[in-house]
Amino acid sequence: MGRVPQRCLRKLAVRPVTARTDTNALPGTSRAGRSLYWRYMVEPFLYLSPAIVLIGTIILIPLIIGISYSFQSIEILNPFATGWVGFENYVDLWSDRRFWIALENTFWWTFWSVSFQFFLGLGLALLLNTHFFGKKLFQALVFLPWAVPTFLSALTWAWLFNPTIGPLPHWMAALGILDEPYNIMGDPDPALWGPIVANIWFGVPFFAITLLAALQSIPGELYEAAEIDGASPWQTFTKITLPFLAPMIAITVMLRTIWIANFADLIFVMTGGGPANSTQILSTYIFTTAFRRLDFGFASTIAVALLAILLIYAVFVLWLRKRLVKI
Amino acid sequence: MSVTRSNPILTVGKYLALSGYLVFALFPLYWLVKIAITPDRLIFTEGTDLWPSSTTLDNFRTVIFQTDFMAFFGNSLYVSLGTAAVTTLIAAGAGYAFSRFDFGGKKVIVAIMLITQMFPLLMIIAPIYKIVSSLGMLNSLTSLIVVYTAFNIPFATFLMQSFFDAIPKDLEEAAMMDGCTRFQALRKVIVPLTLPGLGATLGFVFTAAWSELLFALMLISDNASMTFPVGLLTFVSRFSVDWGQMMAAGSLALIPSCLFFIFIQRYLVQGLTSGAVKG
Repeated sequence: MGRVPQRCLRKLAVRPVTARTDTNALPGTSRAGRSLYWRYMVEPFLYLSPAIVLIGTIILIPLIIGISYSFQSIEILNPFATGWVGFENYVDLWSDRRFWIALENTFWWTFWSVSFQFFLGLGLALLLNTHFFGKKLFQALVFLPWAVPTFLSALTWAWLFNPTIGPLPHWMAALGILDEPYNIMGDPDPALWGPIVANIWFGVPFFAITLLAALQSIPGELYEAAEIDGASPWQTFTKITLPFLAPMIAITVMLRTIWIANFADLIFVMTGGGPANSTQILSTYIFTTAFRRLDFGFASTIAVALLAILLIYAVFVLWLRKRLVKI
Repeated sequence: MSVTRSNPILTVGKYLALSGYLVFALFPLYWLVKIAITPDRLIFTEGTDLWPSSTTLDNFRTVIFQTDFMAFFGNSLYVSLGTAAVTTLIAAGAGYAFSRFDFGGKKVIVAIMLITQMFPLLMIIAPIYKIVSSLGMLNSLTSLIVVYTAFNIPFATFLMQSFFDAIPKDLEEAAMMDGCTRFQALRKVIVPLTLPGLGATLGFVFTAAWSELLFALMLISDNASMTFPVGLLTFVSRFSVDWGQMMAAGSLALIPSCLFFIFIQRYLVQGLTSGAVKG
């Protein structure tokens, strides 16, 4: 879920419909009319219908219901308070201090996670695009974090940050980052860095895989030509590699940003949003509101707000990309 | 890129960077296993050493034989395998339709599938909970399979489509010339050729279902039908001092995903490359 859609998304975005030549001829020939009707209107849907039905009933209908919840009061623990309340939830949201804290945390969480994942992933992809001994094994091992279930990554890193059984606080104390070995996730100031580090660990392989695929599709002749012309490695990188990677980078970073902003598992398991909401991001706030307080109306309101923010972001990035490409 | 051919400093730097990545990737997993095999009496004295002075498999034994873990494991296996099988079957159909047909509404359906990959799935956690509970399906593993299947279909469909795209249309057209119906051609000619693709899709979906936590947490509260993530989390919050056992349980949870990963990882870059050509 959400883990690797990039390639396919991209592929479809780049060439949404490959060949539509036959559509004009559709109503014409009467002899073939019936079979064309069959081919274009019926047969594809025989293969598609299970997927459409499931997505419709399990995702789309609940999505609409969810949006309608944001205009209702639905508290499972307080069944008498149920009913339509108009924009009351949104008014509450606007004056909810925790919402604004969570919004700010969402920004930093996403910003630092994506930045580190991207630069470390790019570095790894560049390394993997060279030749060295034992590359296949190295690649398999270095991609392994990506296969680790998220709840387990979260627990493992929570343990690593625990001074009783984890080495990290002791190392950080030895390096002078901490005064004494304590758990940074118990201290509101640095707490968010715990889940961010876990997220970086988990997400670097993904960026590396995507960028490596893009690197491997750059024609080798370009590098040969550059070498003949006496280009330095840095020139080769900035003049050939980066321009070729740029479209892939743009789309991957955008999708990853959205995905990470939605990604609640790590924080929920590692800190539960605490201490004092210092690691609460919008998606964990949605989940805790729904799961612990069973206040479905308010949870849906936060979700709608998050969706709106992400939509604005996506539109902005696409607009920016269009502008930049024009110039 | 032949950066390394000339400069020895660059070569050293490159191997340093490679080992840095390797340590970063593997150290947490190493630590997980290390604590799991550390005897209980040594955890507080040698918990932060790189290797304990003696090792034991007691923690694994306790977890496997004296807790509910095998039941959680079984539940997760059932849910993940069920999800993987159903999703792959449905996605293969949808992917085939996308790959071989042009039809009205294709663009719309593709767009909807893309959108489902972007919006916060948590948004539907409340409605799903209400629907499932009004159907009396809370604590049912089947409801988890249905929900996970829906979540995974879009991605699995795009994946299957790219595998079908790689197979020439001529093959099934030839079979249809020879009198096969399209479905027979699909079954007898195309499916055998996409077996690796089907395997990869199964693997992806299995791993996704294996690690899903939040919906399982919401929909399952009964101890007997907990999946592995939910069980492990409950275990952790209930017995938060038994480090050795928790890590042993964690190490066990790694096994299925790692097995699948080893199987699918060679398709990752290979498959991505063919799709990325049009930069």
